[in-house]
Amino acid sequence: MKLFGALMVLTLAMFTASLFVGYAAIPVSEGLAALLGLGDPLFVTIMQDIRLPRALLAAMIGASLGLAGAAMQGFLRNPLAEPGLIGVSGSAALGAVVALQTGFASAFFLALPVTALCFAAIGVGLILVLAGPRGSSLTLILAGIAVSAFAAALTSLALNLSPNPYAASEIMFWMMGSVANRALSHVWLALPIMALGWAALAGLGRGLDALTLGEDAAEAMGISLSRLRLQLLFGTAAAVGAATAVAGAVGFVGLVVPHILRRFAEGRPSTLLWASAIGGAAMVLAADLATRLVLPERDLKLGVVMALIGAPLFLHLIYKTRREIT
Amino acid sequence: MTLLNVQNLTVKRGECPVVDRASFNISSGECVGLIGPNGAGKTSLLRGAMGLLPFEGTSTLADLSPRHRAAQAAWLPQTREIAWPMSVERIVALGRLPYLARGARLSPADQSAVDAALTRMGLQNFRTRLATALSGGEQARVLIARTLAQDTPLLMADEPIAGLDPAAQIATLQVFETLAQEGRAALTSLHDLTLAARYCTRLIMMRAGSIIADGPPRDVLTPDSLADVFRLKADVIDTPLGLVVQPWGVIA
Repeated sequence: MKLFGALMVLTLAMFTASLFVGYAAIPVSEGLAALLGLGDPLFVTIMQDIRLPRALLAAMIGASLGLAGAAMQGFLRNPLAEPGLIGVSGSAALGAVVALQTGFASAFFLALPVTALCFAAIGVGLILVLAGPRGSSLTLILAGIAVSAFAAALTSLALNLSPNPYAASEIMFWMMGSVANRALSHVWLALPIMALGWAALAGLGRGLDALTLGEDAAEAMGISLSRLRLQLLFGTAAAVGAATAVAGAVGFVGLVVPHILRRFAEGRPSTLLWASAIGGAAMVLAADLATRLVLPERDLKLGVVMALIGAPLFLHLIYKTRREIT
Repeated sequence: MTLLNVQNLTVKRGECPVVDRASFNISSGECVGLIGPNGAGKTSLLRGAMGLLPFEGTSTLADLSPRHRAAQAAWLPQTREIAWPMSVERIVALGRLPYLARGARLSPADQSAVDAALTRMGLQNFRTRLATALSGGEQARVLIARTLAQDTPLLMADEPIAGLDPAAQIATLQVFETLAQEGRAALTSLHDLTLAARYCTRLIMMRAGSIIADGPPRDVLTPDSLADVFRLKADVIDTPLGLVVQPWGVIA
């Protein structure tokens, strides 16, 4: 409960900061009024159409990635697992790149995220077919690697065949991941799908706890592994697919956040699920704040900053683990 | 009361039957030892009977829904796995999971089952220790305590005493013996024939997938059966403290 409180306070602080830090200096009182549609129409536009969607998306994406990362690590019983492992984010990115490359992205307002979502669904379908209905976690990982590799190859192909340098750089920038310049309609597109994913993943706690003792013991305790696996795949696909579709590829959240919080969750996979969801939201909000505070004029990308924060954090964790073992 | 009835259980690996038409019964009050050389099919028989492997034939446990089965029989796999750094008490409390509603906390009854399991395995002082930081033998005891916390009429264990020190081996089998005396039952595979003879009320002997003997230890463990099944030159000595199986050579 203390953990829950601390993480909530942290996330709310980051969310508030995200609303009030930006290019235009808006006083807190006027900003709050503007959120409700009162006061200076310019402030209302900035708060409602620019900052609110950005903060909301950062929190939603962080929660999705953190939750999916904790679920994936719990299922595979491996602290190195991350949601990208099953190829959903790769497939979604491919969809977005295809939409950008063919020009379909400008066909209608949400054409890009919708295409990305469709590709994410295809990716999961492929994994289900490849891994079979009751395969082991190993076949799941192998199928995920195959789908990721194929998606990455096709993404490179799309870049290779891009009609002009502008298209190529647009694709490159999109792939770095960002929540800047998103509208509330992006929130409305992603939220219902993410919510379905969250519901599926949040229901895994019991099964993941049992899996601590291995697949055989878990099954003997009444956990249906094939159902658990389907629920995990569906949940990850919905949450991470939707996140990638609206924000591009944002790495490290699903890997690092469960890793940091595991100790505070006393190792319990079920506790770690919701802790990583809240913690992930805080981390992505913080990274997005950093893109605005460090070099604000250069349009730093969220995915880049996240990797810059995530990689050293991960190295530090490895260093600490090494000391604990010896 | 019959806790497990297995009829003509066959488990196949590919085309080859690793368990071949095995039939047996476990009743309350019994502590049954499953013995046989490596590869005789002990693990497959136990997992098949639990319904954890595809099989032919019938098993009363495998017929139950997963939830009911978990209330009827606890299963201790041979591979000892504790994936995350959780406290000993939390690991043992996982045994209560089949009875907990989604997201529910341990009730006082659950907690007392956990406490009883910790006490039975002599782990009271280990409660708050991280299970992953314990030695292999201690982890094995923690995992046995987890199955005890499940508080089921039947306990099925696959080589539970492998890797334990001699005192812990005896203490564990005494726990199984006590369970049987309390009206529950235990079915466990083991390799220590003397301990099997001393603490089991009955032995089932397997060779190449088939049950070839089933009865009181005195009837199952004979120099002939040991030579035939285990390729052992051994004496079976009756002492005031029980049977002693003394192997002194291997049949080439």
